[in-house]
Amino acid sequence: MLDLTYDAPKPKTIAGATGDWELVIGLEVHAQVATAAKLFSGASTQFGAEPNSNVSFIDAGMPGMLPVINEGCVAQAVRTGLGLKAQINLRSAFDRKNYFYPDLPQGYQISQLYHPIVGEGEVLVEMGDGTARLVRIERIHLEQDAGKSIHDMDPHMSFVDLNRTGVALMEIVSRPDIRGPEEAAAYVGKLRQIMRYLGTCDGNMQNGNLRADVNVSVCRPGDYEKYQQTQDFSHLGTRCEIKNMNSMRFIQMAIDYEARRQIALLEDGKDVVQETRLFDPDKVETRSMRSKEEAHDYRYFPCPDLLPLEIEQDWVDDIASGLPELPDEKKARFIRDFGLSDYDASVLTADVDNAAFFEAAAEGTDGKLAANWVINELFGRLKKDDRTISDSPISAPRIGQIVRLIKSDAISGKIAKDVFEIAYTSDRDPEEIVETEGLKQVTDTGAIEAAVDEIIAANPAQVEKAKANPKLAGWFVGQVMKATGGKANPKAVNDLVTAKLGL
Amino acid sequence: MSIDVETARKVAHLARIRVEEEDLPALAGEFNAILGFIEQLGEVDVEGVEPMVSVTPMRLKRRDDVVTDGNQQAAVLKNAPDAREGFFAVPKVVE
Repeated sequence: MLDLTYDAPKPKTIAGATGDWELVIGLEVHAQVATAAKLFSGASTQFGAEPNSNVSFIDAGMPGMLPVINEGCVAQAVRTGLGLKAQINLRSAFDRKNYFYPDLPQGYQISQLYHPIVGEGEVLVEMGDGTARLVRIERIHLEQDAGKSIHDMDPHMSFVDLNRTGVALMEIVSRPDIRGPEEAAAYVGKLRQIMRYLGTCDGNMQNGNLRADVNVSVCRPGDYEKYQQTQDFSHLGTRCEIKNMNSMRFIQMAIDYEARRQIALLEDGKDVVQETRLFDPDKVETRSMRSKEEAHDYRYFPCPDLLPLEIEQDWVDDIASGLPELPDEKKARFIRDFGLSDYDASVLTADVDNAAFFEAAAEGTDGKLAANWVINELFGRLKKDDRTISDSPISAPRIGQIVRLIKSDAISGKIAKDVFEIAYTSDRDPEEIVETEGLKQVTDTGAIEAAVDEIIAANPAQVEKAKANPKLAGWFVGQVMKATGGKANPKAVNDLVTAKLGL
Repeated sequence: MSIDVETARKVAHLARIRVEEEDLPALAGEFNAILGFIEQLGEVDVEGVEPMVSVTPMRLKRRDDVVTDGNQQAAVLKNAPDAREGFFAVPKVVE
């Protein structure tokens, strides 16, 4: 593997009245595990079903029902852990987190406080400017999601749908290694990318399948380095936790607002109170969730319904041997094997579907040219139509054909754009288009020569001007291209014009 | 560790169990008796002994990732004090 080494980005600083401040951020990302059934019941995880139709009596908290763990969820958590180069704990255990809320009929959430299934790992978060932050993962644990409350269907009542109740979540907890709003968003983006590669979470933030709680504190320059040396949190400021955000943009806005709020408090001689806050995207502010404060006494205890979860190293090794190529490796390989730039490789590996499409297009031809065509022509065209790569009207092998036609000098890059447009809109084969439409580049020098002679003979005045000023030869090239319907090889035309005019 | 009336009241509230004011001292007393018993267990030297989670050598039973349950909206909502349009309807809870 090519070694992708980057410098660390500079931490974001905010200038206060009394000097500069730095941000320290840690995230808890809740990722819905991609499985057919829920964590402890056989009900479906499908999104958008009729309310309360994907609900078993276990999810509904009916008395006497007992949870039975879904092995698929365990495998997905292990896969995610391996993808984050994390330690897999062969023995983990489930605990009850007790609280009352209408969307949690059990009265407790089954989670893994004391013995999570995945331990320490790391994620390289590239910032796109040649820097990257290595973020340490503290742990990943499995837990149940809660249901959904809808508050706007009735003025006096909240409506509760338990379809999501009991769906498996992975809570991915980072160390406080993130130093700015952009880094936080990039970190969530990288986790999303890795999990989509692994197929362990679809990463759909709009549906709430990926959400983040963000811990923010501020400190003075130099304090964070003291924390790093000692791992002593007393060097850092008091943190606040902003709950449940499901958009990269909101994450950044909330962090920025929260940091400025804390700085204003501190510069005013007040203290930051450790608390849970909620981001209001309409007012662009965070506010205290006071009602949750008392309920914070969760009285965790080992779940008496579930024995510890013991898995075998052989099973973990099996999962490890089936892992796909991950984004960092794929990117390094694209740079190495196809000679792509860091930027192009990043764009193409951002999503696993894009990467697969590019590889299929580049097969057996010029990878760099194929990358240009996928990124500049195809992505641009798809964006215009609001389509994604998975419903691209032109297939990867057809992009490959266009690239091969250019490489073999059968068509010019300019004609190729026309061929692309036809293939894109009418689902036709590029080679067939070139044949049928007679778009093949004229490389026959005799034919080009005839066209050049004709233009020269018809424009004696221009010939005199060009002889005095060789830059005007371009005019002849343009005329010849026009006369040949753009099919003449531009370089051949250029050479002939120069020679005939005696320049 | 000793449980006073205030703690007993808090525990009852967290468990959403209504306890009348005059019953709280007795409840606190019961808590203390239970905790006293547990403290007694704490005197046993368990240094180097793995915590036991089951008296029989059992392994956590697992399920395959297959949908085997659900599609019983009516049954799920049957005991709800109030249900509308397929949802449980509860007194408004807004953050």
